[in-house]
Amino acid sequence: MAGVQVANLSRSFGAHKALDDVSIDFADGGFYALLGPSGSGKTTLLRQIAGFDFPDSGRIAIGGEGVERVPVEKRRIGMVFQNYALFPNMSVADNVGFGLSVRRQAKATIAGEVQRALDLVQLGKLGGRRPHQLSGGQRQRVALARAIVTKPRVLLLDEPLGALDKALRVDMQIELKRIQREIGITTIFVTHDQEEALTMSDRIGILRDGRLVQEGPPEEIYDRPKSEFAATFLGDANIFRGETTGAGIRLPDGTAIAAGAGATLAAGTKASCAVRPERIRIATDSGTPDPNANLLRGQVSKRIFAGSNSTYFVDRDGQTLKVIVQNTGVERLAEGQEVVLRWSPESTVLIAAG
Amino acid sequence: MAGQVATGSRSGLRSALPLLLPAYLWLTVAIFLPLSAMVFFSFMTELPLSGKAWSFTLDNYATFFSQGLYWTLLLASLRLGLEVTLWCVVIGYPAAYVLAKVLRGRSREAIFLLVILPFWSNGLVRIFSWAMVLREGGILDTALNAVLPFKINIDLMYSYPAVIIGLVHSYVPYMVLTCYLTLQAIDDSLIEAGRSLGASRLQMLKRVIIPLSMPGLVAGAALIFVPVVGSFMEPRILGGRTGTFYGTVIEDQFVAVFNWPLGAALSFILLAVVLVILALASPVLRRAA
Ligand SMILES: Nc1ncnc2c1ncn2[C@@H]1O[C@H](COP(=O)(O)OP(=O)(O)OP(=O)(O)O)[C@@H](O)[C@H]1O
Ligand SMILES: [Mg+2]
Repeated sequence: MAGVQVANLSRSFGAHKALDDVSIDFADGGFYALLGPSGSGKTTLLRQIAGFDFPDSGRIAIGGEGVERVPVEKRRIGMVFQNYALFPNMSVADNVGFGLSVRRQAKATIAGEVQRALDLVQLGKLGGRRPHQLSGGQRQRVALARAIVTKPRVLLLDEPLGALDKALRVDMQIELKRIQREIGITTIFVTHDQEEALTMSDRIGILRDGRLVQEGPPEEIYDRPKSEFAATFLGDANIFRGETTGAGIRLPDGTAIAAGAGATLAAGTKASCAVRPERIRIATDSGTPDPNANLLRGQVSKRIFAGSNSTYFVDRDGQTLKVIVQNTGVERLAEGQEVVLRWSPESTVLIAAG
Repeated sequence: MAGQVATGSRSGLRSALPLLLPAYLWLTVAIFLPLSAMVFFSFMTELPLSGKAWSFTLDNYATFFSQGLYWTLLLASLRLGLEVTLWCVVIGYPAAYVLAKVLRGRSREAIFLLVILPFWSNGLVRIFSWAMVLREGGILDTALNAVLPFKINIDLMYSYPAVIIGLVHSYVPYMVLTCYLTLQAIDDSLIEAGRSLGASRLQMLKRVIIPLSMPGLVAGAALIFVPVVGSFMEPRILGGRTGTFYGTVIEDQFVAVFNWPLGAALSFILLAVVLVILALASPVLRRAA
């Protein structure tokens, strides 16, 4: 087991910078999610750590040991691929035992380790099958067992659940997390799915165009996004743009919005505020006025019912705001209704323009 | 349920019939008719076309079994087929691997063209070009003597190696193509997965890549072995006096001696032997593949 340090890593393909000065510290035993839009460099970063591809500049250390020029087969990493990449010419047990048998371990040792790994992923009885006789979720488990049986220092997963349907995906998320805890392995997990990143990981890194946009625990990124991109990419956010007043911003129409969190900016510069849709309260009247709360008036343009909650789209001054409300069964607002939106400054994050 | 499936497949066959018909008609006319004529000839004493009296006989087949020469030649041809096939594997498989897994884009296309080129050139031209290269005072001899400080005589012409060289050159594209197809179908992530598990390149080759490309190797071997065993052009032109093989003897019956019945009988014996060999090899190969 070991942590992974990546420092000032850059990798270009021709003129295109796939990774641009990325530095991340992956803690020993942690579960780290790499999140970002398509083409943002997630796979490229994972491949540098694995050793399938080599950086133009920067350093990679596994367990404190620099590995920039160490080939993949010497790095002692475990990798799980999106398409499973099981060897079709071998049984499940031979697939799982492959990493041990190429290290010329004794047959009896291999059989024991393979059985333990298969038990860990709850496929103890399927060792004799061929990969094509397994379901997608089972193949994924075999790929995982194969990757961890050699006791690698790091586990790298590139969208391992991408090919599974929603229900199976949730099962596998729980399973993966359980196994990761059980063996305590440093895990780096690439995903497209923000919910997956939020629920599974200790820390999240958001990549965009090869750069690390923001990095930290899920709560921190969700509650304190440092850019409009981070705010809208991880979860939903209403973005207001204006000029800073120091304690918030002033919209072009003069409305002031107070922000209790985020950057400290000099008054007069361009800035924006981000508010999560579930932090906004929606009502038909002004109710008891709270002098501190941010307040905006608008008109409901659309309501989407989603069982436990409803999403209201509220039009105001050329902008459509999103508000998510738990369905308590008490009140339902109709489309076209005039409403008042209220939320606290603590739920408002000030973000520097850019 | 079963009935439903059965009707489904029957109606599928019926709708496919118009599509299959031309192919079957062609096969009947082009292969089956001449072949059955040959079967017929192989049981005759004389060719009916010559106007002489003829009758049915087993003598043509008996000739093969009564004369040790035919056996010897058949064994020599089988050995030739085996050797040429092995050389084609040795040369063709690495070439296919490089084409499928190492080269990309333009350079792949260029090399591919070079591999296919002998395919598109006329067989006789190909063989006579080799004759010019291999004979004494030929291109190889002259070139080697120009670079080497001492005098050597290279005269491979009219020898067993010349026959092998000519045949390997003619048939290696089959091996390259069949292996290329299976190698290309192997996902690169399999190789990466293996290496991330600590396997060296050699281990990957032995444990994953070669087993997965077995179907291509087997198909290539079958495509090469069978025609080489019956080949006559390369042995005749490049082998000269040493180039007497089973195939050249059959050719003699048809074009020199005009003993078509014997030629036909010898051909069918060869066909039977080849089929038996393939049948015996198939369980072994299937397990490997
Ligand atoms: N071998 C390569 N040659 C050229 N360009 C490449 C290569 N590998 C990646 N790129 C480019 O680098 C950029 C980052 O690619 P990468 O595969 O890391 O994206 P990603 O974040 O994994 O995207 P996705 O979510 O779609 O998998 C892309 O613009 C891609 O086109
Ligand atoms: Mg990717």
